[in-house]
Amino acid sequence: MKRVSYDIVIVGSGAGGGTVAQELSPLCREGLRIAVLEKGPRLRDDEFTGRELEMAGALYEDGGGFLTADGTMTLAFGCAYGGSTVVYTGTSMLPPERVIRRWNVPGLTHADLECRARKFMAENNVHLIEDHLINENNKLFVAGCRKLNYDVQQFPVNIKGCRGSSLCNLGCPNQAKQGTDRVQLPRAEQNGVEVVTRCQVLTIGEKTLAARVTAKPAGAKGDPSPWEPGEYQIDAKIIVLCAGAIHTPALLLRSGMARTLPRIGYGFTSHPAMIMVAEHARPITNFVGHPKSYYLDQFTESDHFVLETCMYFPFITAKSLAGFGAPHSAFMQAFPRLQMILVLACDKADAHNRVAIDGDGRPVVNYRFQPEAIHGLIRGAITSAKIFFAAGAVRVHMPVARNTTIEAGDAARLDEIGASAEFKPGKTPVSAAHMQGGCAMGSGPSGSVTDSQGRVHGLPWLFVADASLFPNSLEINPYVTIMALADRVAQRIRQEVPALV
Amino acid sequence: MPLNLDPATFRAVVTTIVPESSALDDDGWRDLDRVIEALLRDRPESLKRQLRIFLGAIQWLPVLRYGRSFTRLNPAARTRVLAHLQNDRIPKIRVGFWGLRTIVLAGYYGRPAAARAIGYAASPQGWEALR
Repeated sequence: MKRVSYDIVIVGSGAGGGTVAQELSPLCREGLRIAVLEKGPRLRDDEFTGRELEMAGALYEDGGGFLTADGTMTLAFGCAYGGSTVVYTGTSMLPPERVIRRWNVPGLTHADLECRARKFMAENNVHLIEDHLINENNKLFVAGCRKLNYDVQQFPVNIKGCRGSSLCNLGCPNQAKQGTDRVQLPRAEQNGVEVVTRCQVLTIGEKTLAARVTAKPAGAKGDPSPWEPGEYQIDAKIIVLCAGAIHTPALLLRSGMARTLPRIGYGFTSHPAMIMVAEHARPITNFVGHPKSYYLDQFTESDHFVLETCMYFPFITAKSLAGFGAPHSAFMQAFPRLQMILVLACDKADAHNRVAIDGDGRPVVNYRFQPEAIHGLIRGAITSAKIFFAAGAVRVHMPVARNTTIEAGDAARLDEIGASAEFKPGKTPVSAAHMQGGCAMGSGPSGSVTDSQGRVHGLPWLFVADASLFPNSLEINPYVTIMALADRVAQRIRQEVPALV
Repeated sequence: MPLNLDPATFRAVVTTIVPESSALDDDGWRDLDRVIEALLRDRPESLKRQLRIFLGAIQWLPVLRYGRSFTRLNPAARTRVLAHLQNDRIPKIRVGFWGLRTIVLAGYYGRPAAARAIGYAASPQGWEALR
C-alpha cells in the first residue's frame, strides 16, 4: 500500500467538490497541499461524441442504470471529473425561500444562501437563452401553457457558446455548459489543487482515507489516473466529503460511523420523474437546440409536481415509454414529431427511504413511492397531456393510463382518465435525478449528521459539502444550492485551518 | 449471443417487444447482441443469472396455459404472455420483465442504425447541422 499525505482532501468533484476545491485553492499559495479524489475518469474534449450508450457508459454511475433496491426506479447521476455537472442541462435556479424556511436548520438563512448562489450564477454565466435559439419542442410547451393560462417560466441556464446540440445529458460536445469541469476545477488546479481521477475512496478513519486507484480499462474513454493503480493510504488533516447523496452516506456507513451518527443515510429523497411524450402531425425541431428552456411550478404546493421541457435520446425515450410492441413502436417511429415534458414529483423525505450498504459495502437505496409523489406524477402526467393537446398534439403517450395512447379526440376526458390512472411500481417507468439528503444538517447527532456549515457532529476534521446535506427535498434543480452550501462549508474550513492544519 | 441466452427464445422476446426487429438482417442482430453484451459486461453475475432464469421461465411457462412454449406461439399470444408478466401482481415479476425489456430496448435503440431509422439525427453541430 502506498502512503501519501495532504492538508485537505476533497472526495468528489461535482457541484460540491468543485466548489470547495476552488474556494480553498488560494490556500495552496500559502503552502497547503490539497487534493480532489474523483472516482470517475477525466475525458478529453474530443471524446464527447454525443453517442448515447457510449457517453452514458463513460459518464454515469453504472452507465445510468443504478437502481433502487427493489428495482422500481432508476437513479441517474454522474461519475466523472465534474460529477453530475457534466451531465446536467445547466438549469440554474435560486433556492426557494419557502423550502429553506421549512428546512428550519439553525444558523442557515435563505438570504445567505441566495447571496452565495448569485455569486456562482454570475461565475457560471447564467442567463436566459435568446429567443431565436429556442426550439419548437420548448415553444410548443409555452404555447400550450399560455393557452391554458398556466404561469410558464423560462429557465436561466449556465451556457457559453451553445451550438444547440441538445446533447447536454450526454456531456456537452462543445464544452458550452459551465459545470465545475469547465469553471471551478480548472481554476482550482491552476492554483495548485491536485485532481486524482479513477480514485475511489473505500473508507475514512481519523484523519485518514483508504482509496483504490484503478487502471484505465482497455478501450475506455478518459485519461489514465495521474496516480499509479493500486491501494493508497492518504493522510489528511481535513477531509471534505462531496461524493453526492448516495456515495457520501455510503462511505460514512462503510467507515463504521453510524454508531455515533445514527442518522447517516436517512432523509434520502430525489425527484421521481416520468418522461411524457406526445406526437404532432408535422416534424418539429426537437433534437436540436437547448433541451430544457421552460418550466411550470405553479402546482408544486397543491399537487406536488413541477413540469420541465426536455428532450431525450432514442434508448432513454424507448425505456421511458410504458409497455411494448406496436403502440410503443408507433411513438418511437414518430421521433422527429415528438414533443416531450418531464414530470418531476416533489418527494418529501420519509423514514423508510434511505441509503444503506450491502455486505460488500456498496450503496443500496431503499426507496418506496410516497402517496404524495404518486399523486404528483399522475397529476403531472394529466397536466402535461393537457398542455400537449393545447399545443396541437395529435396523440399523447400516457404511462399511467390503462390504454397508454390517448388520441386528441379524448382530450376532454383527461381528468376522467387521471381518476382511473394506475401507478404500478415495476411497470410504470420512473427515473430520478437530483438525489438529496442522507447527511442532513441540523443541531445534533440524534436528528442530523452535520451542523449548518457541514461539519460532522463530533468530528472537527470531517466535513460534508454536497446534496446529502439537504434535510428535505429542495423541490427544484439543485446544483446552484449545492454550490451555495459548499461555499459556506469552504468558508468554515478556511476559518478552521489555523487550528486544524 | 449475450450471456449465453437461448437464441431462439431471446429473439422471440425481442421481436415481441420491438416488432420492427423482425426485419433485422444478420448484421443487425450481431449489432444488437454486441450492444447488450457491452451493457452487461460489468454487471454482477447474479443479475445475469436472474436474466437467464427469467428468460427460461418465459419460454416454458406458456406450456401451462397454451400447451406450447413461447417460441412456438403466434405473435398475438406472445404479446399476451409478456403483457401478463408486465402487469403481474407480484412486484418482483414486474421488475424482472422491466429489466429484460430495458435490455432489449437498449440493444435495439442503442444501435446507430436504429436511431437513423426513426429519424433521430442529433449532431454536435446543433443548429448549424440543419442548414
